Amino acid sequence: MKYAYYPGCSLEKTQRGYDESVKAVFRELGQELIEIDDWNCCGATMYMSIQETVALAVSARNLALAEKMGMDIVAPCSSCYTVLFKTNRILNQIPEMFADVNEALAEGSLNYSGKTKVRHPLDILANDVGIDTIQKKVKRNLNGLKIAPYYGCQIVRPDKTFDDREDPILMDRLFRRCGGEIVYFPMKVRCCGGMLMTTFEDTALKLNRDLLECATVHGADVIVTTCPLCHMNLEAYQDKINRTFNTNFSIPILYFTQLLGIALGINDKTIGLDSGFIPLGNKITSLVEK
Amino acid sequence: MSGSLRIPFFMSRTEAELRQIFLEQVKQIPAGEKIKRCIQCGTCTGSCPVSYAMDISPRELIALFRAGEMETIMNSRTIWICASCYACTTRCPVGIKITDIIYALKRTAIEKKYLSEAPQVQTLAKLFVENLMAYGRLHEGTLIRKYYTKTGITKLFGFIPLAKKMWQTKRLAPFPKKIKGHEALSRIIKKAQEIDMRHVPESLEYSPEYVGYKAVGDMKLEQRKGN
Repeated sequence: MKYAYYPGCSLEKTQRGYDESVKAVFRELGQELIEIDDWNCCGATMYMSIQETVALAVSARNLALAEKMGMDIVAPCSSCYTVLFKTNRILNQIPEMFADVNEALAEGSLNYSGKTKVRHPLDILANDVGIDTIQKKVKRNLNGLKIAPYYGCQIVRPDKTFDDREDPILMDRLFRRCGGEIVYFPMKVRCCGGMLMTTFEDTALKLNRDLLECATVHGADVIVTTCPLCHMNLEAYQDKINRTFNTNFSIPILYFTQLLGIALGINDKTIGLDSGFIPLGNKITSLVEK
Repeated sequence: MSGSLRIPFFMSRTEAELRQIFLEQVKQIPAGEKIKRCIQCGTCTGSCPVSYAMDISPRELIALFRAGEMETIMNSRTIWICASCYACTTRCPVGIKITDIIYALKRTAIEKKYLSEAPQVQTLAKLFVENLMAYGRLHEGTLIRKYYTKTGITKLFGFIPLAKKMWQTKRLAPFPKKIKGHEALSRIIKKAQEIDMRHVPESLEYSPEYVGYKAVGDMKLEQRKGN
């Protein structure tokens, strides 16, 4: 299948590990990603603009570009995913807003008819490609690696799209089939605070300490994420969390596509494993060297 | 609480204006009218990962709206600390879109300039929009640099070790890049702004009817489909 790829701003550079691993895994599984030409920022949290039509039009420009390509959008960043998905839903639910947005898009010689589907790579891997197919392609058995799958908020909420909102299970299934062991991780959909790390740092540090603690207490060797913001908060701020709360967490944070890439036998540079800040630990290192 | 004494059956002009702006915002939310159905069970508060850091809980927001205490809500830090994780929205037993309601409250506060509780959120929002307008894409480095220059330059120095690590792992783009369709995007935004202005009532009329849930019901939103 061919998909319209919407990397989003953080995947361009700061979270290149996600971008590289999504592309590598899709390639390995015979799926084609074609980057949307000249996409723009989705606008992230919509309240940023007090003007609703602006927020919707900014994000709808990408939907219109993908519609021209005639493909579903793949958006790996949870925030992009939820914003694009929500824009699509609101436009299809409220005809007046749809008309307003199209009036604005016309200024850029674009028109959107509401047909683009917004998808997350996890959805595509689990439902289009299929976990059975993926299992057959596993080259490195994860060998009982203890995994805490962290879904975060925005790929499962607010809309129930492809997994359960309270207890999503697709990553658990996927990695179990790759030979991993899923640890008990009740905070799998608990919020990391997102941008609060910038605006209310104390609160966000505590949220992330709780997440790291929950994973380590249950013996995880790695936390696997689906979102650049969760990843940034858990990884880049792990030092600061340790200093603030007098803890000594040192748990690697990987994108789910990076861990899947390891299982599929893809070269570690190709999936951006060299972009991490935290030592991968013996278990993962020995897997990669196999 | 605001501490002011409220007189039954009387609503101040400020309160009425705030309610009107807020209700206009609620109108934009699919299934927004469900705010009427709140049973004050507190599931939202219990589900919220940051309610412990709020001065007013999510449940109390709705109670205060119902009681005609919009100003108290506007002056709270609650609306700014919501990280929009949608846990409350998912669990609300009567289907209230609480996260969207909080967005509506934020927009109301921005419009009427109640920003004292968390000026840094407004700063970040403004810089984010500026960044988006200037390049079409977000350049995180510029955003963070400008944000800490405005809110506390000393904190910016704390980012040096992180920036160094990002540089070493090739995760730092030194300069922002404009998208090709930048001018077209600017035209789209300008037009959308004009359209938004059409929806803003020219003068806000005082009406004692903007009280309680009745005002929500009068908006005839029930025909709108929503989940």
